[in-house]
Amino acid sequence: MSPDIMASVLLTVISAATPLLFAALGELVVEKSGVLNLGVEGMMILGAVCAFAVTVTTGYSGLGLLAGVAAGMAMAFIFGVLTLTLAANQVATGLALTIFGLGLSSLIGAGFVGIPVAPLPKLAIPGVSDLPLVGPLLFGHDVLVYLSIVAVAAVAWFLKASRPGMILRAVGESDVSAHSIGYDVIAVRYRAVLFGGAMAGLGGAFLSLSYTPLWTEGMTAGRGWIALALVVFASWRPWRLLAGAYLFGGVTIAQLYTQGAGGIGIPSQVMSMLPYLATILVLTIIAAGPWKGRLNAPACLGKPFRPST
Amino acid sequence: MSPDATAKAPWLKIEPRREITRGLLYSTPLLAVALTVVTGFFIFLAMGYDPFLALYHFFVSPLLSFYGWSELFVKAAPLILIGVGLAVGFRANVWNIGAEGQLTMGAVAGGCVALAFWGEESAFTLPLMGLAGIAGGAAYAAVPAFLKTRFGVNEILTSLMLTYVATLFLSTLVYGPLKDPMGFNFPRSRTFGDEALLPILMSGTRLHLGALVALAVAVAGWVMLSYTIIGFQVRVLGQAPHAARYAGFSAPKIVWFCLLLSGGLAGLAGLFEVAGPIGRLVPTISPGYGFTAIIVAFLGRLHPLGIILSGLLMALSYIGGEAAQVEVGLPQAVTGVFQGLLLFFLLASDFLVRYRLRWRRPAAAAAQPTAAE
Repeated sequence: MSPDIMASVLLTVISAATPLLFAALGELVVEKSGVLNLGVEGMMILGAVCAFAVTVTTGYSGLGLLAGVAAGMAMAFIFGVLTLTLAANQVATGLALTIFGLGLSSLIGAGFVGIPVAPLPKLAIPGVSDLPLVGPLLFGHDVLVYLSIVAVAAVAWFLKASRPGMILRAVGESDVSAHSIGYDVIAVRYRAVLFGGAMAGLGGAFLSLSYTPLWTEGMTAGRGWIALALVVFASWRPWRLLAGAYLFGGVTIAQLYTQGAGGIGIPSQVMSMLPYLATILVLTIIAAGPWKGRLNAPACLGKPFRPST
Repeated sequence: MSPDATAKAPWLKIEPRREITRGLLYSTPLLAVALTVVTGFFIFLAMGYDPFLALYHFFVSPLLSFYGWSELFVKAAPLILIGVGLAVGFRANVWNIGAEGQLTMGAVAGGCVALAFWGEESAFTLPLMGLAGIAGGAAYAAVPAFLKTRFGVNEILTSLMLTYVATLFLSTLVYGPLKDPMGFNFPRSRTFGDEALLPILMSGTRLHLGALVALAVAVAGWVMLSYTIIGFQVRVLGQAPHAARYAGFSAPKIVWFCLLLSGGLAGLAGLFEVAGPIGRLVPTISPGYGFTAIIVAFLGRLHPLGIILSGLLMALSYIGGEAAQVEVGLPQAVTGVFQGLLLFFLLASDFLVRYRLRWRRPAAAAAQPTAAE
């Protein structure tokens, strides 16, 4: 394989991984605070459609990105009101968020099907970007790809070394103790949930503005759910999440390339099953492996909390 | 605004209810429906439609004809079948959300039987299809059951991932080996023979035997949950997992039971779709019945008899969506929005079931402003 082809394959792997990385990183922070938001798919697709619609309407992809983030956060806020303020079942609320998001997105997107949009501008540095292999690989992406990697570093630092990050983890490990030493559990969780929504919205925006600059109904195709699985796969560790997202990006692209080659005689649909089957396989390996005791799940994950007043 | 402001507001006190009254438990779904309709009014208004006309076509006009009622039961049948199965699982904290995939696999298994005996005109074809449908759905749900009980893998993610796989599998079949040889290359199987189609209950409608089966299953589900040992074990495992362990109930057994039951019923629902209204295998069998049934289960308060009512209501959201599309030009997607909203409102109104809001007179509140702390 020539360096050029290799570079272009790796480029597509990175852009397939980026939306997963955004959504999963947001969910990781949410789960670290002890909240399980299964509505990632719904927040992502609403982010995708809002980002696309605003970009097409205004002509500014920057505004589109903001709209995607805002849409994800708005959805996350609904989730917060229900599960945090009203202490509703988190599993059921997350499912409702996904069903609602899928419906609302196709309602909003109905007028935008088939309209092309200019993809996000790529970062290009004259001279450096033209270097073989390294050039396009390191400097050929749009801004969001770099942002996603910076975000991993930032989240890793935040959770490990910053004071609010430690409070967030404390809230996720033992809400009752955190409450009794004076931390506002609900407020911390609200912030985490809103961050998760923003990141899912951003992941969705990346999908509709960069990965496939088009709007199609149901275009997230389960990526929100794969992001949820990635968090488990990464054992709630940000850097492992990066590796996981790129691994899944690789599976997605490998599947597309073999479909394109078409010579193996396997129906394309069977190849399309790969990312979903890989998710199940990975979850099983993580659950069954010898590292079982160190799975690292936050102790209060998914448990509703209401401070006694 | 602090998100938890209400809890601290001096004029309002929120306290957990000591016991949950049944009246509230069963009346809050009605409140949720009412709030959904009110919200729908404003959504239609915002979208530039006449809200009264849109709501009329959505919720009323489908119920004005005999045919409308028969269609209501056609759409409610799969929702009730799946909803009852899911509700049993949800009671035990077993979260099968891959019913859509199990429905697909049931349809595939039953459909394969119909196609294998195509042209035989045997009276055994239909019963065999029913068994194959149940077996197909149950076998597909056995995968998450096995992974959960053997390795502790979360059934939510596995069952959902399998849904995507099932849809692709069905697509492989109808684009490939099961494609109708005389079908002008359309991605669909042969039309099933008459012997492989469900009997129609009333001529001139599409109301099929499956609707009766769904009602029977709901009643059987109620009896099972209320009056049998396994039903008792399911409820205890969900409400008090520790108590279930001390009592010696086998959690893996209950997980298997819940997943096989819900998978089997979803498979049967899928078979009823292909042997009923559709009559052949096509790439898309259900308009999301497997997901909507999750809402049906919650709206029916996880009670099989409640699920009959909530299944009919959600069926109305499908038919109403179609009617409003034809009559007022509303996009079909409104149905999904309504369904999501309804579940939101239901979950929110649950708060009223579990907590009591007590208003305090301003004078009393002023006298003891920090009493809540």
